[in-house]
Amino acid sequence: MVSAVFHSPRESATPPDTMKKVAASACQESAGGQKNPQKPPRDWAAASRAFWLAVLPPACGLGLLLGLWALVASTTGQSIPGPLQTWAQAVEVFSDPFYRNGPNDQGVGWNVLASLQRVAIGFGLAAAVGIPAGFLIGRFAFLSRMCNPIISLLRPVSPLAWLPIGLLVFKGANPAAIWTIFICSIWPMVINTAVGVQRVPQDYMNVARVLNLSEWKIATTILFPAVLPYLLTGVRLAVGTAWLVIVAAEMLTGGVGIGFWVWDEWNNLNVRNILIAIFVIGGVGLLLELALVQLASAFTYEEVKS
Amino acid sequence: MSNPAKFIDIQGVAQTFKTAKGAFPALKDIDLGIAQGEFVALIGHSGCGKSTLLNLIAGLAAPTSGVLLCANKEIKGPGPERAVVFQNHSLLPWLTCEGNIHLAVERVFGARESKAQLRQRTEAALALVGLAHAAHKRPGEISGGMKQRVGIARALSMEPQVLLMDEPFGALDALTRAKLQDELLDIVARTRSTVIMVTHDVDEAVLLSDKIVMLTNGPGATIGEVLHIDLPRPRERLALAEDARYAHCRKAVIDFLYTRQGHVEKA
Repeated sequence: MVSAVFHSPRESATPPDTMKKVAASACQESAGGQKNPQKPPRDWAAASRAFWLAVLPPACGLGLLLGLWALVASTTGQSIPGPLQTWAQAVEVFSDPFYRNGPNDQGVGWNVLASLQRVAIGFGLAAAVGIPAGFLIGRFAFLSRMCNPIISLLRPVSPLAWLPIGLLVFKGANPAAIWTIFICSIWPMVINTAVGVQRVPQDYMNVARVLNLSEWKIATTILFPAVLPYLLTGVRLAVGTAWLVIVAAEMLTGGVGIGFWVWDEWNNLNVRNILIAIFVIGGVGLLLELALVQLASAFTYEEVKS
Repeated sequence: MSNPAKFIDIQGVAQTFKTAKGAFPALKDIDLGIAQGEFVALIGHSGCGKSTLLNLIAGLAAPTSGVLLCANKEIKGPGPERAVVFQNHSLLPWLTCEGNIHLAVERVFGARESKAQLRQRTEAALALVGLAHAAHKRPGEISGGMKQRVGIARALSMEPQVLLMDEPFGALDALTRAKLQDELLDIVARTRSTVIMVTHDVDEAVLLSDKIVMLTNGPGATIGEVLHIDLPRPRERLALAEDARYAHCRKAVIDFLYTRQGHVEKA
């Protein structure tokens, strides 16, 4: 029950960078000892090299994407608009993101906010249920064995398969979409929290036993901090899934939302807006992910070594 | 207390582990008495059950048969009166050095003392191991020797009746180890604690202990010999190096470990 998280290349590029820094500072120390005057030019070279390594590859990647897009656009005879036309349309769309012309024609800003609100409510409910459930499942073997078959059975179900149940029970499109978000984002949080609790090092639990700490004190000072990195991984996965699912759910339920907007523009045959929507969805997803990575790194502690 | 020589009293203790290959007898027929204020080293080859015996005294495990008493009360589980210094220090990485010690101090004295008194105890414990300057650092930011000192400070801050140490200096380099051994001698002389220490290191055992308990090879390890070290205290590492009695004790332990228990049976 290990959940993989995709780490951005920037993260994995950090260790060589820091190693370089360490090596550089070591060089500086020895250089300082020998009064070597050649230090500043080498620093500049290293800095510019680091800058280009950070900027050039992503720029190449984006350039490749734009090139492929332009190629596809020109070969399909403008049925798919090219980057320039889409850019022109995007400027127009984003010049007035918060207009309202009736319930089915609202600015892209309102649509994004409506989707985010659904994700926030569905995800918030899932966290409120899933995280405590994960703690209990991780702490008590009986509960773990009891819940394992349920989780194994329900977790692989496509989130959209839950939508009819939501419509039936809640008799409304909006609560049904929130229900779908809830049910698909609860599993990563339950599973990662439970695994985190099960993997709390025995050493920490021995400390708790020698000190005879109360169950409440164990939960707050040992279990919660030890589980936090796992929990945040679960949260990241859950938010990612929720954002994937909301688009599909809104296509089916309608109303206001970025997914509905995509479907509406498809009915209008406005492909440029669909392309803009794809970038908006990607951008918002990226921002959510970055925010959670920042949060996770602030709460991850060095493991016990030696 | 009826018998001062048996502050800790271990009677006929055996410990058998259930493994995939069947029952594994780790310890058998352990009988040992430890007086209050005594410093006892448990020594033996790897895997002979030294740590198992320490865990039994700590109450982290229960014996398969036999009884362990501490101050005439049966040891039924772990408790703050028997503080443990773990092999790998086991500090909580999200608390500062001060926070780690305060957790223990608060648990033991929190009900009786004011917050200011608890703070004072925490600071005193850090000062005792010479780490007052590192109070606000997290374990990830200090060296292995410093972490081990915080672990010792945490155990001492609880004012335990017994201090249990599981190879506390095993993971450290020789210089740091010697320094911490000297500090420990100092601290124990001041606090008059009862100490039980698991070690591999013959010199460490002879330098620190009043009594060395030598375990035979497992499986089914038992006490092979108990050596009393009556070197006078305070002990000086340098002076002892040329002391004939020190050399004699050292030779006795080495003789036991390498001549009589030299052949490690294949488990």
